[in-house]
Amino acid sequence: MRARRLPASLVLGAVLTALVVGAALLSLVWTPFPAEQIRVVARLRLPGPEHWLGTDHFGRDALSMILVGARNSLSVGAAAVALGAALGVPLGLAAAVWGRWGDETVARLADLTFAFPAVLTAILLTAVLGAGAANVVLALGLFNAAVFARVTRGAALAVWRREFVRAALALGRGPLSVTLVHVLPNVAGVVIVQATVLFAVAVLNEAALSYLGLGIQPPSPSWGKMLGDAQTFLFTAPLQAIFPGGAIAVTVLGLNLLGDGLRDLLDPRHRSSGVL
Amino acid sequence: MLAFLARRLLTLALTAWLATLVVFAVLEVVPGDPALLMLGTSAQPEAVAALRHQMGLDRPVPVRYAAWVGGMLTGDLGTSLTYARPVAGLVAERLEITLPLALMAMLLSAGLAIPLGLLAAARQGRAGDWAVMAFGQLGIAVPSFWFAILLILGFSVQLGWFSAGGFPGWDAGVGPALKALLLPAVALALPEAAILARVTRTAALDTLREDYVRTARAKGLRRRTVLLRHVLPNALIPVTTILGLQFAFLIAGAVVVENVFTLPGLGRLLYQAIGQHDLIVVQGVVVLLAVMVVLVNALVDIACAAVDPRPQVAA
Repeated sequence: MRARRLPASLVLGAVLTALVVGAALLSLVWTPFPAEQIRVVARLRLPGPEHWLGTDHFGRDALSMILVGARNSLSVGAAAVALGAALGVPLGLAAAVWGRWGDETVARLADLTFAFPAVLTAILLTAVLGAGAANVVLALGLFNAAVFARVTRGAALAVWRREFVRAALALGRGPLSVTLVHVLPNVAGVVIVQATVLFAVAVLNEAALSYLGLGIQPPSPSWGKMLGDAQTFLFTAPLQAIFPGGAIAVTVLGLNLLGDGLRDLLDPRHRSSGVL
Repeated sequence: MLAFLARRLLTLALTAWLATLVVFAVLEVVPGDPALLMLGTSAQPEAVAALRHQMGLDRPVPVRYAAWVGGMLTGDLGTSLTYARPVAGLVAERLEITLPLALMAMLLSAGLAIPLGLLAAARQGRAGDWAVMAFGQLGIAVPSFWFAILLILGFSVQLGWFSAGGFPGWDAGVGPALKALLLPAVALALPEAAILARVTRTAALDTLREDYVRTARAKGLRRRTVLLRHVLPNALIPVTTILGLQFAFLIAGAVVVENVFTLPGLGRLLYQAIGQHDLIVVQGVVVLLAVMVVLVNALVDIACAAVDPRPQVAA
């Protein structure tokens, strides 16, 4: 039998994501310079042999900050997705069992959540709880929960209509048992694809909030804050505004392609034409 | 149709009410005393007590909530502590910048995305399609605030065609004001256009597979005529729905992009209010933005139902 060809978007997305994850892991054991080390004598250096991507206005090594920034960005994204999935997936599964009430609950929750875009929720929360990565995770996680709930419910309803689920019910299995043994494994693919897409959205939103000074707090480096700082020195050191933005774009592109590729792999009916 | 309209308006009212409840509840859980948070720990106890009274913190929570919602219904969003002015007036001033900005971004986004999506569908699987899909992926991946910085770098720092930020005001003339909003609108429009181009492409491909399109082609109508007269009107329904949903993201994006360009819009007012711990402004602006998003989505739903009642009848 001929092996099925992997979607090109999956391969490209996996390579780009592996690159960013690799950078984040590398920062745990090595960075060219300590990412938080201030060296005023070396401020706003152009890329060169000593500082491959130059330095910022405090003389901090840009490459080191980007490597540690990858770790911070991925950590916030992963935590926001995990929180969203932990809240949203059980709610979506339960809503599929509840019928009309479940439908109404998830629909109203989604309406309400979409009235507050994730950035707005984060701004509201940081206004009262203060800026910081934990509050960003909370805000993005709550937004993700509604999306997970809606997607999981839709997928679970389709599974509930299938023959083997009816057979399990006829054999006397309860709704909880059917949900855990039959429904959950069958919606896992959809949830994983959604998680990948929401991961990308979380990385974008974290960067935006850190740019505003509401996300990851200094001295811990973040790509968004690096861009915010670089904007002040746009006339003297324009390159410093290029690298962190590029890192965000590569990460989001990789995760989105990975999500598209996974969807194509798991549900070929959904296949997008071409690589992209 | 009437039943749908009644149901949609009921949902709108319910969601708007829930939004007020959420904003109020979030500000209720402020750790410590909100008045102290706003005035700072070195504030005089009398000043804190006066602000507590002004904010109604000495009244029971349900009474305070009812007064706040009642005030909003009559256009009273409270008085800003920082500006010592009614929040409604501040919001009205800032909307003069944020609304045209969002509108410009929507027009740019639709103006770019719809032709691109149609082009991609018409050339499915060929170079044009690939280019549009690549634009779709890149446009979503590039953060709007980074794109905004790149636009400043290119058009303000290098070419000097635009100022790097600020707003001359509508008094300076429509031309200079629109010029100041152009780069921010382009930055806001990019991710929305990327999403919209993909949606248009998918919707157009679905329509292209319909029998009546095949009939139109068989009748000998030119490809362009079929695309514009038969495919586009039908593809516009999902496109309009997405355009409405994107309004929420435009508003959120405006908060960030207005700060990149130091535009004195609603987003910048909100951002500054956080720095100044002006919770009354934060509360008013956030709830207003949420209600605007809910309202726009409802209007889009109703407009779509008026154009094509089939999904509602089916529901």
